[in-house]
Amino acid sequence: MKDIYAWAAIGLIVLTSTTGDVLLSHAMKRVGDVGELWKRRGVLAVLGRVLRTPTFALGLMAMGIAFYSLLFGLSWGNLSLVVPASASLTFVANAVAARIFLHERVGRRRWIAALLVAGGVVLMAL
Amino acid sequence: MPQLTFRKYLVLAGITVCATAGDSLLARGMKQLGNINVSLHNLSGLLLAILNPWVTAGILLLLAFFACYISALSWADLTYVLPATSLGYVLVALVARFGFHEEVSPTRWLGIALIAAGVGFVAAGPSLTPSRQHLHSHEASRDTISQEVKL
Repeated sequence: MKDIYAWAAIGLIVLTSTTGDVLLSHAMKRVGDVGELWKRRGVLAVLGRVLRTPTFALGLMAMGIAFYSLLFGLSWGNLSLVVPASASLTFVANAVAARIFLHERVGRRRWIAALLVAGGVVLMAL
Repeated sequence: MPQLTFRKYLVLAGITVCATAGDSLLARGMKQLGNINVSLHNLSGLLLAILNPWVTAGILLLLAFFACYISALSWADLTYVLPATSLGYVLVALVARFGFHEEVSPTRWLGIALIAAGVGFVAAGPSLTPSRQHLHSHEASRDTISQEVKL
């Protein structure tokens, strides 16, 4: 019974954190290299530019929901199941989402990595 | 340039360590508090969880993780940053096994090995997709670690 709750939490974490990751990545690509920006204009310029990017706030909200799902998941399941399973599945979902929504070049290397991680997740759930 | 590269790898390492330590501390705190039922009238219990010192420390570390994470996303692909940081799951399993004495079965160890292999595949490739979107901000295109990684 507990496992069903744990997997429900994992599903919710995957959905919300993938949404959050894609939105945050989109926001930070618009901001540009923060290291460079910090060096040239200081930390306040970095903060201002990040906070003024609309997709950042949306991404943060999605991550917040993902975070609370993680709290629930951790109270129901083993640390070594919930954390790797949700995070690795998120990684696979992200590979697809990054290709579709962020137009990232997900080459052979990254697909092989996605399959390896997906295989790892299945093994960890056995 | 070499200093910048080193700093970027440091940021990636920061993601791994902070996420792992943060998750572990959170887990410890939540186990201490016991199970929380999902129901609307128990939301106060969830909010009170934040007052537990383990949970507080975990949240602080996860904030540090977040700072490292978004700065990495400003100069690398999402599909590069995520697997590079998934090395943390190996750390989590080690903490779960040796810190909390949870059972980690041989099949799970094999799963961990596959994840680690996947990380290796991505880490050896380019870190940023060159695209119109990235070229918009010249800072991002001028200084990517993909150029150094290819060497």
